[in-house]
Amino acid sequence: MIPLSWYLILTAALFCVGLFGVLSRRNAVAILMSIELMLNAVILNLIVFWRYGQPADISGQVFALIVFAVAASEAAVGLALILSIYRRRSTVAADDINMLKW
Amino acid sequence: MQLDLIAWLIPLPPIVAFGAIILWAHRNNRLSHGIAIGGVAISWGLAMLLFARAIGIENFGEHPVTSSIRWLPTGQSALEFGVLVDPLSTIGLFFVAWTLLAIFVYSVGYHNFGHKTDPADVKGLPPKAGGIEPMYARFFAFISLFAFGMLVLVLSDNLLLLFIGWEIMGLCSYLLIGFWYGRPSARDAMIKAFMTTRVGDVFMLLGIVYLYSQTGTLSFRQILYNEEVLNTLASSPAVVGGLSAAGLIGLLLFVGTVGKSAQWPLHVWLPDAMEGPTPVSALIHAATMVSAGIFMILRMFPLLTAGWHEGGPLTPTMMVIAGIGAFTALFAATIAVAQKDIKRVLAYSTISQLGYMVAAVGIGAFVAAAFHLVTHAFFKALLFLGSGSVIHGVEHGVHETHEHVDSQDMFNMGGLRHKMPATFWTFLLGGLALSGFPILTAGFWSKDEILADAFAHGHTLVFWVLALAALLTAFYTMRQITLTFLGKPRTQAAGHAHESTWTMTVPLVVLAVFAVGFGWVGIPEAFPGLGGILPNWFHEFVGGVLPEHPAAIAFDPTPLLVSVGVALGGLLLGWLTYRRVRAGAPDPLRRLLGPVYAVLENKYYFDEFYNYAIVRPAYWVAETFTYTFLDRRVIDGFLHAVGRTGLRVGAYLRSRFDLPVVNAFGDWVGESTKATGREVRVIQSGRVQQYLLIGIVFTSLVISYFLLVGA
Repeated sequence: MIPLSWYLILTAALFCVGLFGVLSRRNAVAILMSIELMLNAVILNLIVFWRYGQPADISGQVFALIVFAVAASEAAVGLALILSIYRRRSTVAADDINMLKW
Repeated sequence: MQLDLIAWLIPLPPIVAFGAIILWAHRNNRLSHGIAIGGVAISWGLAMLLFARAIGIENFGEHPVTSSIRWLPTGQSALEFGVLVDPLSTIGLFFVAWTLLAIFVYSVGYHNFGHKTDPADVKGLPPKAGGIEPMYARFFAFISLFAFGMLVLVLSDNLLLLFIGWEIMGLCSYLLIGFWYGRPSARDAMIKAFMTTRVGDVFMLLGIVYLYSQTGTLSFRQILYNEEVLNTLASSPAVVGGLSAAGLIGLLLFVGTVGKSAQWPLHVWLPDAMEGPTPVSALIHAATMVSAGIFMILRMFPLLTAGWHEGGPLTPTMMVIAGIGAFTALFAATIAVAQKDIKRVLAYSTISQLGYMVAAVGIGAFVAAAFHLVTHAFFKALLFLGSGSVIHGVEHGVHETHEHVDSQDMFNMGGLRHKMPATFWTFLLGGLALSGFPILTAGFWSKDEILADAFAHGHTLVFWVLALAALLTAFYTMRQITLTFLGKPRTQAAGHAHESTWTMTVPLVVLAVFAVGFGWVGIPEAFPGLGGILPNWFHEFVGGVLPEHPAAIAFDPTPLLVSVGVALGGLLLGWLTYRRVRAGAPDPLRRLLGPVYAVLENKYYFDEFYNYAIVRPAYWVAETFTYTFLDRRVIDGFLHAVGRTGLRVGAYLRSRFDLPVVNAFGDWVGESTKATGREVRVIQSGRVQQYLLIGIVFTSLVISYFLLVGA
């Protein structure tokens, strides 16, 4: 069986790729996609710990499904926000959306 | 009804009438006098009921009717107020009720009720041409209040309630003397009356306080009918040397009487009080209020005479009272001889007669003083009302003839007996009663009793002084009657005078009946011929008030002969002197007496003396010392100094502490917060990725710390 640490390294790498994407991409849609990547890393983590920890329970799977649902709705709300901003300001660049300041 | 219930009810109708007139009825003259007379008539009816019941009670003096309720709790004891019905208050009620009723009715005619309002009349001045009095309702309100005060005084069972009634009357006297406030003389007179009686009242209040501090009660029954209390008071020395406590309290209370009953040296207000309307002069300044002073010392008689026994030597207090009374009787009679104003003569006569009563109290002649009090109230009220009727008649003549004469000057009158027969006959009866015309009149019996008492107990000086005063009384009374009613009219106005309306003459007749008839209830048993036909009811009844019943005086011809002699002699002299006074002629007495006449005419210059000795210094102290120096300079100066110092301290603190320290600190806090904000706000760029980066950095730092160092 593949050791646990391999999976953890994979999910950590996936999370970092997502984090990098969130911090470095200018396009808000790309940032949203990067957030999905980070969420996927988390879900993978949950599944792995379930499989290696207590495979008799189904709680890990249930948890993963809930995170899917949250991620999906989050993406929907996020895309709606971005669409709304685009309609008003004709841009989806994160750097340009900086009205919330002093 | 129970006697005590009747007694409680008697004073109430007039005060209700007062309130009703003041609050609702004052626009309607007929309603106003209806309420006032109705109120006093109810009181009169109750008083007569009480009188009829009371005289039927055996030994009433020893078993009086009392009823009281607690009023002001004062620590361990309580001041009470209540009613006391004993022979003295019964007699007081009798004459007060009758004179009140008579004078209330008289006022209706006196103030020209039934005549039209004269548009030329103004409030505060007497009607000019026979129109109705502009402040008609107010007059009836005031005398109703007065009636309440007098009834309270007569019925009260303690000294405090008596004093309250006393002061209510003082207020009404003030208001009614100044009823025609448009006249400066009336304004001066009202203030003079109020201030002068105030002197007496202050001493009286001191006496009340002293009595209360000594005995712990002010109830008449508990003090005056308690041998133990009286003996203690009579034997304990007072704060002032030489007197017993009872003596000092008696003197202080007596000063109240001196003020209220216008005894020398506080007599000056009463003649000036004649500025008021004549019913007021009759009611307040002849029959009732000035009698209240005598009533009070009669009430306090056992206390005033504590330590004295019938026939024994007088206590110092009694000597003072007898001395002042006798002196006033003579002193005022001499002034009355030289007065021209018909009402002023009567005013001095009142002072003189009150002096008689005071002297009688001073020599211990309790019953005689009470007797003279009642008879005097009747005949003096009668004389005043008669003089008011005369003045009214002459004023009418003045309006008809347009002759400018003083309608109160007796030398402008004469011959009025044909014009005003009812007034003349009643006035004559009153005058004869005042002079003590033998046998017929009440004044004779009461005055004779005082003289007989003084003679029988060996107070010879008092006796002769009073006898001389009686001579003068008869003289000035006849002078007044002769100048006013006899002979021929000396002015056209007097020739055109006419009789007054029935509301004025009926009270005169009623009072005349009493001025004659009331003497018959007090004829001494020992009087030759007449004694014993009628029982000496008055002596028995009123004498019963005293714990030690006064004995009847044995008959002695000397005082009787003196009394008859001075009365007839004075009347005869008066008639002889004045029967032929012509118009414009001076007083025949002026030639006879020379400079003495001027002294008498000017009332021994007492007014001038008081003006220089008291009034002016008082004004000076008020103006120069109190106002200019004390008030403006000392007190105002101090206050201004305090104000200025406060301002300076304030300015200093503001410039040195408030502005540089407090304000600057506040400003610094605000400014520095702003500056910090300006520096720090660049962090908040509004770029989400930047925030996130910062969050990650710090989170990693915290996590690193816990992983590496913590745990």
